[in-house]
Order: sequence, then structure tokens, then C-alpha cells
Amino acid sequence: MTAALVVGAVLAVACVVLVALPFLREPAARDDRLSSPDELEQRRLSLAEERDRALATLKELEFDHRTGKVSDDDYRRLVGPLRQHAAQALRALELRAEQAADERVPTRG
Amino acid sequence: MADLGRAALVTAFLLLVYALVAGSLAAWQKRRRLAESAQNALLAAFGATLVASAVLLAALARHDFSFQYVADHTSHELPLGYTLTAFWGGQEGSLLLWLLVLTGYSVAAVLTGRRAGREVLAWVVPTLGLVGTFFAMLLVFVASPFATQATAADGAGLNPSLQNPYMAIHPPMLYLGYVGLTVPFAFAMGALLARRTDERWIVATRRWTLAAWAFLGVGQLLGAHWAYVEIGWGGFYAWDPVENAALMPWLAATAFLHSVMIQEKRGMLKVWNVLLVVLAFCLSIFGTFLTRSGIIQSIHSFTQSSIGPWFLGFICLITAASLSLIFVRLPLLRSKTRLESLVSREATFLYNNLLLVALALTILWGVVYPILSQAVTGQAATVSKPYYNFFLHTFGLPLLLLMGIGPLVAWRRASLRALGRTFLWPLGAALIAGFALLLAGAGSSRIGVIAYTFSVFVLASIALEFARGTAARKALGGVGWAGAFSSLVARNRRRYGGYVVHASIVLLAIGVTGASAYQTVREARLKPGQSMSVAGDRLVFRGYETKAESNHRAIRALVDVYRGNDYLGRYKPGKNQYFAEDQVSNEVSIRHDWLTGGDLFLIADQVNANGSIDLKALQKPLVNLLWLAGIVFIGGSLIALWPDAREARRLAERYADGAVRI
Repeated sequence: MTAALVVGAVLAVACVVLVALPFLREPAARDDRLSSPDELEQRRLSLAEERDRALATLKELEFDHRTGKVSDDDYRRLVGPLRQHAAQALRALELRAEQAADERVPTRG
Repeated sequence: MADLGRAALVTAFLLLVYALVAGSLAAWQKRRRLAESAQNALLAAFGATLVASAVLLAALARHDFSFQYVADHTSHELPLGYTLTAFWGGQEGSLLLWLLVLTGYSVAAVLTGRRAGREVLAWVVPTLGLVGTFFAMLLVFVASPFATQATAADGAGLNPSLQNPYMAIHPPMLYLGYVGLTVPFAFAMGALLARRTDERWIVATRRWTLAAWAFLGVGQLLGAHWAYVEIGWGGFYAWDPVENAALMPWLAATAFLHSVMIQEKRGMLKVWNVLLVVLAFCLSIFGTFLTRSGIIQSIHSFTQSSIGPWFLGFICLITAASLSLIFVRLPLLRSKTRLESLVSREATFLYNNLLLVALALTILWGVVYPILSQAVTGQAATVSKPYYNFFLHTFGLPLLLLMGIGPLVAWRRASLRALGRTFLWPLGAALIAGFALLLAGAGSSRIGVIAYTFSVFVLASIALEFARGTAARKALGGVGWAGAFSSLVARNRRRYGGYVVHASIVLLAIGVTGASAYQTVREARLKPGQSMSVAGDRLVFRGYETKAESNHRAIRALVDVYRGNDYLGRYKPGKNQYFAEDQVSNEVSIRHDWLTGGDLFLIADQVNANGSIDLKALQKPLVNLLWLAGIVFIGGSLIALWPDAREARRLAERYADGAVRI
């Protein structure tokens, strides 16, 4: 009974400490805000997903062509727009990176 | 000790309530430390549940009959292994296992799910907290495993059909599957609540979903084998409501695993995917409800209890809340792209999804109809095997065929000429197999011939996919055939692991078809020295032998099996009479023919006082492919689950700026 009481008490204290830990570690946090990606970061993520999707589609097409699932004619017809789409996604991502870099440059005046 | 168990459960309950309330507040008001604190509460709840589980295990091991649960499910004579597995042999213990697995999953998923994004994770914690709170509430207020009584001299023992080695592995596997589906559900809800409907929640939960699905699949196959060797009726799946309850979420999760690939590759089907995640989760809770409410008569179900209305309420709550949330977030879930052609890989995935969901829903109707009928008319209606078999054939056979068509069709669109070229070999192999089967006399079952013809088509298309892929990889130069093959699989583990899983489903289809459409059944009353025949084998009954074991008396019929003049061995079907449980179980005897994959299955239906036996013999061709399918399924799942360093690097780069730490 005593052992059970001790284990129970230790468990309760350990749980309370664990739950309170973030507040014990930072009693007066300078920044307590749960940050989330801003609009620019959201746009970057969306563009990165778009780029990966475009590149993966292009890779799939190449593979399907090599394994005979896509004929030469179909391949020639499909590959152009897909390459264009992938290039657009890459360009958009680079453009966004440049914009982000520009925004980070401190301005004087 | 019971006090410690109760205290640990109350602690877990309070922590989970905290994770729910504080986590919601933190996510709503975007408060970082409160979010961290709620996350820690989940971790602490796991610790508290672990302590409660240890208390119950210790009570079981010590045969502490002051615990009502221990007295109800074990006895002094019960071997230690089965005494410990009684942890999940009863209602309260199995609920505790649910909570233990759930809190364990929650901790692991939250710690490894950072890729989903901090704002999504902040909502995942209260979602997991909500599910955990429900189960902890049941354990604290409705069905406590720590109820005590005046210490009894002995316990009631464990149901004899649960006294089987599979008891140690089958239920935990199913729980890992059922409960695992909470993780994708929580992340999907987290993404919707945080208005982040990009792919991050999918990337974060990909492996969790696959693992839960694999556990559920393996758990069901283990259950099928358990039923086959233990229950003693000669089958492996009886369309029992509780068996169906595990099959339905597995089908929904299978649909999700396919359709999520379309979202990843084409950015389509976002609404459909969250609906499937909700469906799979709700069906897993519904399955738990079916087993525990006592609402249905099943070999698997626990006794009638007051737990049903709680489950029903919870299912209604989560279904209504999830669907409302999806409805509110519909504008964020619109796809930018559309299906380009009805003849494409995407389209075959879509057809496969429709068939899988249709199959799951027809099974659900078969399970629910008797309950509704009872509630409305007061008459218990039964939905039996022909209903399920009809829909299995209607939806299952096209699904089987699609497994062969899908890999042969290109993404986006496929021309007729290319289709003709890729289909030539698999179609040729299937047609030859079909004709050969008809010539061999397999036409006695039309469904059987169709299933086997489709199976050959699928296996040929999978083999062709591996062969063409390896050849294409080798043509790039620098590697031999073996190197090209391993590089092919390593570069796309999900696809080729998936093909191996498809091969396992084909083996399953072959085994099920052989054991059902082509089985031979014979029954006879035999006196010692008399014989009967089944599918070319002669069975001679020689008499009985009896043996006293620690907790039961075993009686075995001695049956010699001959094929022509060859003696194949002595087999001993019989019955066990359990003392503490006051029950009799059927103990079957099986002769495996590893060369043909078939079984001779012997059941001592009736042991007669005059020394005769009512013997039932079943010859089940190819049934062992079912169990082989399980091994192949595990292999395919492991290939698909195996970490891919190249993919990890790509995702790390994609989410470089977004990778966060709570």
C-alpha cells in the first residue's frame, strides 16, 4: 500500500512538472507567440510543392516512355508542355527567393 | 495496487483533458508555451497509462483475484502466457490497451510530425487529446479494470478459444492498426483547423498511415489463421460483424493510400482524401463499438455492457464535427487540376477507390441492417454469407482486375496503341491460363475460373513491370541486372513495395478461391476400423485416446490417412473439456500438403458414447497460399515503409524554411 502511494505520488508530481516545464523553463518568455509561416513562406511552400510535382510528372513520363507505356508520338506531344510547366515552377520559386532576399536586405534612410 | 492503477488512470484522464482544452486554447490563441505544455501532457498521459498497464499486468501475473477483472478472466490453472494475454481478453483490459497504444502513438506521431508545421501540430495535440479523453473517461467512469472485490479462491478462467498462441499477437496487431488510424485523422483535422491544406500533413503521416494499414492487414490475416486452426468449423473468415469491423477501415485506408498518391502527384482529390481519412477513423471506432457494446452476437464480442451508448455518441460527435469542418474548409480544398483522361493511371486509382469504398459501405450496411431492423421492427434480421459473397464478387473481381490494369497504364493519358503493346503479354498469359483451367475441369466454378484468370493477369503485369523497369534502369548504363533491379526498387519503394503487396493480394485471392470454390466436404459416422474417403484420400478411424492436462481433459480421435496404398500419417482431431470454464472446445487436425498448397482438415464433430465418431473432413486446395500471402504482404509493406534517403533529402529541402520545432 505504501509503495503504491509513493509510486502514485511520484507519478503525479512528475506529470505536473512535465506539463509545467515550458513555463518553468521560460517564466517570462520574450516571445510566447506560436509562429506560423507568413504569406510569403506559404507561397514558397506551395511553389516548392508545385515544382516537385512538375518534376515528378516529367520523371514519370520519361520512365513510362522508356518502359513502353507511352508511345514516341505521345511522348513528343506531352513532354513539351510538361517541361514548360516545370520550368515555370522553378522560375517562380527562384523569383520568390530573390524577392525574399531583397526583403531581407536592410534599408537605410 | 488497485488504488495505484485507478490513480494512474485518473491522472491520464486529467492530462488528456488538459491536452484537449489547453491544446485547443493554445492553437486558437497561438500561445507557444501553452502548446508545448499540452504536448507534454500527451507525453505524461502515456507514462500514466503505462503505469496503469503495469499494475494490471502485475495483478494478472500474481493471480490477484481481489481484482474483479483478474478473477473474471483467469484462473490458477491457466498457463502464465495466457494469463498475461488476458490483459486484452476482456472488455476493460482491451480498452486499457486501446488507451496505451493511442497515447504511445500520440507521443511518437507528435514528436516525429514536425514536418506538418507548427500551426498544424498545435491542433493535432487537442485532436489526439479528444480521442484519448474519451477512452480514458470510459476507463475511469464506465469500465474500470481496477474494480475490486472480496478475494475469490479461484477465477472463472479464460474463454477456451482465446487459449491459443495467436492470442498473444492477433489482438495487439489489430489494435496497432485500429488505433494507428487516429494519427492520419488527427493530422488531417489539424491541417483543416489550421487552414493549411497543403501536402505537409500527408507527408508527416505517410508512414503512420501505411504502418497502421499494414498492422490491420496482418492482424486480420493472423485472426483468419487463428479461426482456421482454433475455432474448428473449417473456415477462416465467416463475415462475422466483428471480422467485418476490421475489414471496413482497412478497405477505407487502402483507398486512401491509393488516392493520396494522386494528390501528391497531381494535386487532385483533396476533399476525397480527407473524407477517406475520416471514414477510416470512424469505421475503426465503429469496429471498437461493435466489439464492446454487446449489440451483436459474435464469437469476438465482449459481454453486454453499458458502454455502447457512449461509443455511439462519440461516433456521432466525431462524424458530425469532421464533416462540418470539411464543409467549412471546402474552398481551401479545391483542386487546380482535373483528370485529363478516363484511360490513365489516375483514372484506374479513382475506379479502385470507388470499388473499395463501395465494398466497405455494402459491408457496413450488412453489419448495420440487423441492428437497425432489431431497433425498428423488434425482429432480428440476419445478413448472411450470400449477401457478402455477392458484393465481394461484384466489387472484388473488378478490383482484382484493376490491380493488373493500373501498373500497365501511363499517368495522365494512355493511347490505344501503347495500351495494346503493354497489355499483350499479361492478357495472353491470362487467356492461356483461363483456357487451361477450363480444360483441366475448373469450370465447375465460374467465379473460380474468372478469379484465377484475373490473378494470372495481375501476376503477369506485375512481373512485366519489374522486368521492363529493370531493363529501363539497366539501359541507363553502369549497372548489371541485379544492380538495376535493386536500384529500381530503392528509387521508388512505395511503388514497388505496392506491387509486392498486390502480389500478396493475388495469392490471397487464389487461396480463398481454392479453399471455397473448389473445396470438397465429406461427413460420416464411423466406428473404430471403419473408413471414409475425401478427394482421393482414405481416412480410417482407429479409436480414441485421452489425456489430462493442467486445466483441461483432452480427447483425441485417431485417424490414419492413406492415399492409394501410401500411408500419409496419423491425425488427431478431438475436443478439450475445460474445468474452470466448464466449456468444450473443438480441436481440429490439419494435414498440410506443402507441394500442392492444399490441406486435409479434420473435425471431430461429435464424440459419441458408443465409441463412434461423427467425422467431418474437408479437402481445401491451395488454402496455404493465404498464409504465404501474409508473409509477402509483410515483405511488400516493409519495402514501402523502408526509409528513403533520397526522398528524405528532397522533403528536407522543400520544407527547409518551414521545418519547425515546438
